[in-house]
Amino acid sequence: MSGRARLSLGQRLVLALPYAYLTLFFLAPFALIVKISLSQQAIAMPPYAPVLAWSDGPAIWWEKAQNLGLDSYRVLFADAIYLDAALSSLFVATVSTLIALAIGFPLALAIARSPERWRPLFVMLAVAPFWTSFLVRVYAWIMILKDEGLLNHALLALGLISEPLEIFATRGAVILGVVYSYLPFMILPLYAALEKQDAALREAAADLGATPWRVFASVTLPLSLPGIVAGCMLVFIPAMGEFVIPDLLGGSDTLMIGRQLWNEFFSNRDWPTASAVAIMLLALILAPLTLYERHRIAQEGGK
Amino acid sequence: MSRSLRLFILCGGFAFLYAPIALLVLYSFNSSKLVTVWGGFSTRWYASLFANAQLMDSALTSIQVAFASAALATVLGTAAAVALARFGAFRSRLLFSSMIYAPLVMPEVIIGLSILLLLVALDVERGFWTVVLAHATLTSCFVAVVVHARLLDFDMSLEEAAMDLGATPFAAFRSVTLPLIAPAVAGGFLLAFTISLDDLVIASFASGPGSTTLPMRIYSQVRLGVTPEINAISTLLLAFVAVALVVVAIGRSRAQRA
Repeated sequence: MSGRARLSLGQRLVLALPYAYLTLFFLAPFALIVKISLSQQAIAMPPYAPVLAWSDGPAIWWEKAQNLGLDSYRVLFADAIYLDAALSSLFVATVSTLIALAIGFPLALAIARSPERWRPLFVMLAVAPFWTSFLVRVYAWIMILKDEGLLNHALLALGLISEPLEIFATRGAVILGVVYSYLPFMILPLYAALEKQDAALREAAADLGATPWRVFASVTLPLSLPGIVAGCMLVFIPAMGEFVIPDLLGGSDTLMIGRQLWNEFFSNRDWPTASAVAIMLLALILAPLTLYERHRIAQEGGK
Repeated sequence: MSRSLRLFILCGGFAFLYAPIALLVLYSFNSSKLVTVWGGFSTRWYASLFANAQLMDSALTSIQVAFASAALATVLGTAAAVALARFGAFRSRLLFSSMIYAPLVMPEVIIGLSILLLLVALDVERGFWTVVLAHATLTSCFVAVVVHARLLDFDMSLEEAAMDLGATPFAAFRSVTLPLIAPAVAGGFLLAFTISLDDLVIASFASGPGSTTLPMRIYSQVRLGVTPEINAISTLLLAFVAVALVVVAIGRSRAQRA
């Protein structure tokens, strides 16, 4: 693939369809988020005062631009709740990603080192939960973790505890929910990286006198680094903006930025602030998104 | 890695992934009203589920949305996959592929909010079809990734041979490429269907009155507390996905043998 390919008319039509669709529904609306975040909340439908309209003309644009509402952004810094939500999201996403890696790596390795005929089944078993309803899986954990839930029942019955554990409605429950829900995203790229490693490399290292740990640290681990990066980004980025898990498993005091966005929008009906929170969330995931894109492009180039 | 360590990790890992799901299914057959206290085997919650008109209504809406959006996503996603796999390094390919891959990780609250703002800006009334369009935005990307992977699996020489023999590019696609990628296209459709059926966040932003989907209904009930009815509907959703997965697995193994 060298040089620019010139497309025939038919090819252009095939490309135009998804291109136009995603531009309209995915790319273009980002401009709208920026626009609304700069407007003022208004009691109307839609509940914001227009910022810039095409019909205004340059003179009015300039005038409006001078007193453009940065109010929504001022609110983000004035009220500690937004900064706390951002920090809490960073904490939850980081810890969850590390735990998912700690569980996902051994599991992916165990699958990759299994006899070849078992591997497709194991991969399927690892990925199948992703197909099942997200909401259902989070709900299952409510049932387990609640103060009068299955876990506490079992532990009390076994006499291991005398008071119910208070796990439900804490940040710990949110982390558990994120790890559980996103584990398949961690396992898949790790497995892909581990599975294609040549066993001869490890044998060569062992022949040269390396201990199993040394082989792991200097052959297996470095070779699976692209998979580790991909897996971590696939968990970290969606976890940052997660709404369902903190809302259902967290307490009312478990702040997260995705939940904050939802509340601004649905409870407070404050679209400008919701949009400003969205911009804040985007800014926080920009670096990991870039890392993810770089990895993806490198993979594509390698094919 | 020793054999026993390997088996220990596999058992532990899969137990963690499946135990909560198994418990959920088990307790859907619990006759007790208290979700977490076992009161004997019963299917009463399934009966009360089917008698719950609101829930059945939203289930029907969800199935219709899932069908329509998955059909749309399959067309869009397959076209996108063909473009990525077969059109070489066309201009703005990078932007295009980023638009395919970014939605896969983009937090749903952002996708939902941005689509809502678009609908409002275009003055479109929210309802059934806006949920379909919103879901297709996300799910077409999943279809594209699945079909793209399959297209990379076999090389272009088959299509080139057909065209050398005088087939038009479209005829070559229809009679050579499409049969080869059919299992992936079907798998993409099912994936799009299950994602749409499951989505709460994007649907909440894009739906209007009268187009409440099943996850929206489940969510509002779950917020009030766990009920055995939710276990029952969850079990039915899981059963649907299990059947879909088996269909995909069979299709894949057939394709490999062919």
